[in-house]
Amino acid sequence: MRKKLLGVMSLLMVLVMIFTGCSQKSTADESKTEDEKYKVAFIYVGPVGDAGWSYSHDAGKEYLLKEMPDVEATYIESVPEGSDSERVLTELAEKGNQIIFATSFGYMDSVMNVAKKYPDVTFIHCSGYKTDKNVATYFGRMYQPRYLSGVVAAKKTASNVIGYVAAYPIPEVIRGINAFTLGAKSVNPDAVVKVVWTNTWYDPAKEKEAAKSLLDAGADVITQHQDTPGPQQAAQEQNAFSIGYNTDMSQFAPEAYLTAPVWNWGPYYVDTVKAVRAGTWKSAQYWGGLKDGVVALAPMTDLVDEETKALVAKEEKKIIDTDWDVFTGIIKDQEGNVKVQEGQQLTDEELLSMDWFVEGVEGKIAE
Amino acid sequence: MDNAIIISTLSAAVIAGTPILYAALGEIICEKSGNLNLGVEGMMLIGAVCGFKAAVLSNNPWVGFLVAMLAGGLFSLIHAFLTITLKSSQVVSGLALTIFGTGLSSFIGKSMIGIPAPVKFSKVAIPILSKIPFIGTILFHQDVLVYISYMMIVAVWIYLYKTNMGLKLKAVGENPAAADAVGIYVSKIQYIHVFIGGVFAGAGGAYLSLAYSPAWLENMTAGRGWIAVSLVIFALWNPVRALVGSYIFGGLDILGYRAQTLGITVSPIFMKMIPYLFTMGVLIFISAKKGNRNIAAPGALGVSYSREER
Repeated sequence: MRKKLLGVMSLLMVLVMIFTGCSQKSTADESKTEDEKYKVAFIYVGPVGDAGWSYSHDAGKEYLLKEMPDVEATYIESVPEGSDSERVLTELAEKGNQIIFATSFGYMDSVMNVAKKYPDVTFIHCSGYKTDKNVATYFGRMYQPRYLSGVVAAKKTASNVIGYVAAYPIPEVIRGINAFTLGAKSVNPDAVVKVVWTNTWYDPAKEKEAAKSLLDAGADVITQHQDTPGPQQAAQEQNAFSIGYNTDMSQFAPEAYLTAPVWNWGPYYVDTVKAVRAGTWKSAQYWGGLKDGVVALAPMTDLVDEETKALVAKEEKKIIDTDWDVFTGIIKDQEGNVKVQEGQQLTDEELLSMDWFVEGVEGKIAE
Repeated sequence: MDNAIIISTLSAAVIAGTPILYAALGEIICEKSGNLNLGVEGMMLIGAVCGFKAAVLSNNPWVGFLVAMLAGGLFSLIHAFLTITLKSSQVVSGLALTIFGTGLSSFIGKSMIGIPAPVKFSKVAIPILSKIPFIGTILFHQDVLVYISYMMIVAVWIYLYKTNMGLKLKAVGENPAAADAVGIYVSKIQYIHVFIGGVFAGAGGAYLSLAYSPAWLENMTAGRGWIAVSLVIFALWNPVRALVGSYIFGGLDILGYRAQTLGITVSPIFMKMIPYLFTMGVLIFISAKKGNRNIAAPGALGVSYSREER
């Protein structure tokens, strides 16, 4: 008897531990009745505390709550891509959320499946390409501020070697590397951009190591397409300079950090929620740029000289005010073949499926 | 590759291996008592977050390190209570400990996000020893926690193979009934060593948040606890082999990154598989030559001991 009791007790303890381990939080005041508030939900691929990608979406959610106090937002963090996300999406739809923001590429098929079952719920999927009557996609032209950050890096480097810690060889990352390199080359034709792939989005120690290997290979400015500040710390330790990503990362490397291309989702979230509520919303593929404020270059620190700041401001104005964009010819690939003719531009489709490096990138795209 | 690059690569491998080494040493001690604790990842995270928080509050990295060890140890007592006193499944309890630790560490660390470490362990060269060509820079120009890990290897080895307590520990791990019969207090021994295992895992976590990449980020161990568990098997429960193994496991990624800067493409996906491939290889190797009992796992590993069922 005593043994049985112990068994039940231990099982209970294990269960309690498992449930407290999962994190789901509602930021709304529990005392209010459900009908008073307009319910929206967010799912994040990483923890909110990553100081990177998911953190930037959470900052957008906070902005939404501040702008629209009658909205109730739920978020679920660290949701793995794949079948698990389908369960989470279904749960959120069942709980009466009107809009669900799915903030990672790998949720795409789950979103499509769940959206079919809940036609009255609006699904907004970040960085995907599949849409439906109640599914829209959104993303930002991060390559534009990346181009600007390339200008900053090329002005700062003395060794003419810039290190780029990259996550996975997918079009989004490749596009960023290319834009960065074009920006660097536009002010410093001798600059080369060395790329190291980590195959992680989120492992601070490894990403720091990758940055260190670039510094040892002669780089004196480090930039990153990673979700942790690991590379920033490496630059600081070896007295080099660094350009962050996702959010302002200056606090992690105050003596190295120059600037960062950053996300600013808040205004888009507010517009979307307003439109859905008013019934004026239509499914679309939103890809906002510097002009729309979805992406931006974070304020440059005092380590960037005035001349560079003025130059960046000029380039930024060019992108915002004219038809010129980063991928306007003439652009050559690594072998020197002309990929974009003089005066021509890559289409959005070509940008979204980019699988080649421009001239000036040192590194290979792994098969 | 010239000499300087080789030295910096190997020196980085030592750093990358250190958190795994701490955790693996703890797990060896724990498993030697017959208790399999799969909660290493969770204990490391608890150590990382508590250590970081204590370092921020006290402005002293040593306080952080000590708190991390204590926190890891206390946290492991949950597993000890579940598996030794309540005799529930060690595998289930260990997994629960990892999941719980991940959640709890995020909870504790909420206010620590985005705060850079005010203090951290920096590199200190040991006089004379660091002047030894080649090896000096690799082994003796590191932070203090790396030096402590060297001492721990020796300490654990002596403890396991040269002390009375180590003998009792192994007796409990091999055959708890026999140990009980000669008057060894089985659950006490197991409690103590699960606790020590947690202390080491906490130290490994603190190495990440206070020395390696000094900051708190949720889930920052990124699977190192599991590598440590697999390293224990790879090392065949021997602390000296664990040293070699942790540097190999830690150094693989670094080698991959350095190779990339030299224009050699190695698939990072393949690099990630290697620790587990190695471990499988070792398992196949030891199962193939059964006769040698010295290298096998503790006899009662994973089995809860219950006196009535003797």
